[in-house]
Amino acid sequence: MTEFGKNPDREWLKQRIIGVSVCIIFAFSVLFLRFIYLQIIKGEEFRILSEKNAVRLTGIKAPRGLILDRNRKLLVDNRPSFNLKIMIEDAGDLQETMRKVSQMMEMPFEDLMKKISDAGQGAFYKPVVLQEDISRDHLAIIEAHKFDLPGVFIDIEPTRHYIHNKTASHLLGYLGEVNNDELLGGKYPNVKTGDSIGRYGVEKSFETYLQGKRGGRQIEVDANGRTINVLKTVEPITGFDLKLTIDLDLQQIAEKMLQDKHGAVVALDPNTGDVLVMASAPSFDQNDFVGGINSKKWKALMTDRGKPMTNKAIQGEYPPASTYKIITSMAALEEKAVDIHTTFFCPGFFKYGNRVYRCWNKNGHGNVSIVEAVTQSCDVFYYQAGDKVGVDALAKYAMGSGLGKKTGILLEDEKKGLIPTSAWKKKRFNESWHRGETLSIAIGQGYDLVTPLQMAVFIGAVGNGGTLYKPRIVSTIEGSQGNIIKEIPIEVSGKLPAGSKTLEILQKGLLDVVETDRGTAKRIRLKHVKIAGKTGTAQVFSVKSGDKLKTEHLDFYLRDHAWFICYAPAENPVIAVSVLIEHGAHGSTAAAPIAAALIGQYIHDPSAELIETNVSEEESETE
Amino acid sequence: MFDRRLIENFDWGFLTVISAIGCLGLVVLYSASSAGQEAGIVSVLFKKQMVWMGAGFIMMMILTIVDYRELDKLHLFLYAFCAGLLVVVLIFGQIGGGSRRWLALGFIRIQPSELMKIALIISLASAYSTSVSQTGINFRKLIKPAFLCLIPFALIVDQPDLGTAMLLVLIAGSITLFVKVERKVFFTLFIAGLSAVPLFWFMLKDYQKDRILTFLNPDRDPLGAGYHIIQSKIAIGSGMLTGKGFLKGTQNALSFLPEQHTDFIVSVLAEEWGLLGVSVLLTFYLILLLWGLNIAYNCRNMFGSILAFGITAMIFWQIFINTGMVMGLMPVVGVPLPLISYGGSSVITNMVGFGILLNISMRKFSSH
Repeated sequence: MTEFGKNPDREWLKQRIIGVSVCIIFAFSVLFLRFIYLQIIKGEEFRILSEKNAVRLTGIKAPRGLILDRNRKLLVDNRPSFNLKIMIEDAGDLQETMRKVSQMMEMPFEDLMKKISDAGQGAFYKPVVLQEDISRDHLAIIEAHKFDLPGVFIDIEPTRHYIHNKTASHLLGYLGEVNNDELLGGKYPNVKTGDSIGRYGVEKSFETYLQGKRGGRQIEVDANGRTINVLKTVEPITGFDLKLTIDLDLQQIAEKMLQDKHGAVVALDPNTGDVLVMASAPSFDQNDFVGGINSKKWKALMTDRGKPMTNKAIQGEYPPASTYKIITSMAALEEKAVDIHTTFFCPGFFKYGNRVYRCWNKNGHGNVSIVEAVTQSCDVFYYQAGDKVGVDALAKYAMGSGLGKKTGILLEDEKKGLIPTSAWKKKRFNESWHRGETLSIAIGQGYDLVTPLQMAVFIGAVGNGGTLYKPRIVSTIEGSQGNIIKEIPIEVSGKLPAGSKTLEILQKGLLDVVETDRGTAKRIRLKHVKIAGKTGTAQVFSVKSGDKLKTEHLDFYLRDHAWFICYAPAENPVIAVSVLIEHGAHGSTAAAPIAAALIGQYIHDPSAELIETNVSEEESETE
Repeated sequence: MFDRRLIENFDWGFLTVISAIGCLGLVVLYSASSAGQEAGIVSVLFKKQMVWMGAGFIMMMILTIVDYRELDKLHLFLYAFCAGLLVVVLIFGQIGGGSRRWLALGFIRIQPSELMKIALIISLASAYSTSVSQTGINFRKLIKPAFLCLIPFALIVDQPDLGTAMLLVLIAGSITLFVKVERKVFFTLFIAGLSAVPLFWFMLKDYQKDRILTFLNPDRDPLGAGYHIIQSKIAIGSGMLTGKGFLKGTQNALSFLPEQHTDFIVSVLAEEWGLLGVSVLLTFYLILLLWGLNIAYNCRNMFGSILAFGITAMIFWQIFINTGMVMGLMPVVGVPLPLISYGGSSVITNMVGFGILLNISMRKFSSH
């Protein structure tokens, strides 16, 4: 073996260089021959293809995944929709064509031209949608005249179909066309201009699972833009199905009972956090959003005083009112401010400093222990218990019970409510906390705000022995063959800050609310199932003491909110319910019967049907 | 220190060929970047490319000042620096087009894999220059080059940038064959390579296999790569002998061509200037490559010869892969066309390469 050292051997190098040169010339010959083949031999053919832009891509929309209830009942599926589109480059005389379309479709000419100009100039050879979901009659006319309408065509595409109109609208949500920012944002890489994406509810939170993947075709078209040959097809991939935790039957009962009312109902399985019912009223029709909602309907929804576009179960923040007395009781017992034997005397009012705080029962409750205080919702007991505990300790128990923070449900824009502390007030108003304010807090009337969902999780935890669950709305995500893609686990979010003794006392008091004749919700007692719960009436407008107005004389939007939260069966709960009726006045009459109806249906107690819902105020003696 | 002979020996001919191709490139880019824009407005892309070309030109001239043999001493440092950048890009790099290739440095983005090509060529030239022999290189002396090649290859595959990784292997392979390996080494490597393919294949995940299959056969992706190739073939073919004329390419103007200013720029040239335009470009390229080989031949220093060959090989493979790809002869990969395609990193890398070639050329009579 001879090595060259630093300087190459001329002869050796020459031989290598010549070898390489031959290779390069050979490679260039291959490239050149290929150019000759494409440009000379096949040139004519390609010139023609290029002149009519004959080879194109068309997209195929992927059907979205289905949405099922916990018993696999179908809630949302897809139906075919006939969409009228135009390929502007193929249209020839666009004005003339559009005039004809305008006549056949009975649509204003200007509207059609606006859709075309809105589609933008830069997009060549992208079809413009003139009208989605056209009627069979229009379809027939267009098909019959298709040879007079160059560039115009009908695309049959899957479109969203909400099977039960207005059912669980807030929970399921709706779709809307993707906008430019979202397309550029990169969050949905498979979405193209003109596609719809989830805008609300689970349609939005589970968008990436539901959307599937677009397919497409390579097609060859004739001079009029009509497909003459499909070269290649990529089938779309259907989105994944969602199995919800919702019980459709129960949901429909709740919604029926919410009809003509404003408010929210949430029912959970207290042993898993599964959401059985999530209803909010007034509601909206999701099918209005399919293919784009018209501006008149949208405006009506946005200006409605009942706020139909708000999911009140997770976004409605209300004073907890007397339902908060469970928290106050818990705090008082745990902080040893009271025990099971402690009694306070209630003459119907409580003097504090130079102010008089009233009990809802102006005749007074007499000597009241903690169990009785829960049962009869005695305000005077809680004024004194709350004063002993103090605002910050109350807040500690409220937060420990999951109030004042989001439950973590997989829906957008959940509100967290508000649990005030002295530090909060200092920061917010730059004012010190007055002890008198603690008295209002103790009965849930001060700054406190909670959502119906938070209260459902909380009351479920009281019933199940203290475990707070993160509410779950989707249990499994499945492929179209029923194969499981993902299971959403049951998650514990915390423990109530209360020992078992405290919980037993609370449970006894809550049971007596329904099961004793002194209880504030005795009218919803069922035959076979024992319910434990708490009523509440939240002031919206404070009436000066003395001139107490009758509810029916008060403007609707100034009337009190009605609460009822409960679980059943009391001894071994399988359902927890939280009902809030805006301006429903009394928890026992407006809210409690809805809860009873759901429980009766869920645990099969037909006596629930006998409960009257609209009891006149004269009969009702509540807080 | 600066010898007058160096200026006398400056390779004006080579500079002329580079400039000619560069000007041709700008003309084509002007057309390609005006697609979808209003007539008469010079696009931002075009202006940016002018800046890159200017910067590249200055860099090229600066690189001729210091004797290229200094690179032999610096090769390990340069290599380590570029390999380091590749590691950094894997951790902090910006994602674009599904892979992590770019490093953002203030207002510019650089692609370290481009710089790595040059560093690898220098390192291989340095390693081989001491081990070349009449009979070829033996196994023991291939160990170091193999490692030099493997490290950046693995880092670039990981981005993933299959095109550049493949380019790296082709350049390294070309240099190795150029310096000649022993016959038994050649056959052993050949057989070992072939048998490693199935083993490697089984280690891949499904989506990786899918990506490679599509890379080899664009028809597997009829809505993406496959469609682009069809449109590109239509564009090229429709140019016929004399082309449709400057700025008159319809496939280009209607944006039927993807990336018409970077990877598919030849299609624009072929559509607007026809086979005649293509012939001019190919002829210029052929002259450029043969000139590069001539520089390698005339160099009296083994390191310089291999280095000149390596850079010529880098230019060749880019031309061959890119042009082959747009005509459906090669996998669809993002390999830009030297001096023609839009792109800062590519312009700078190639200009650096040309600077080194000029440097070697003007010092051909000064052997140590």
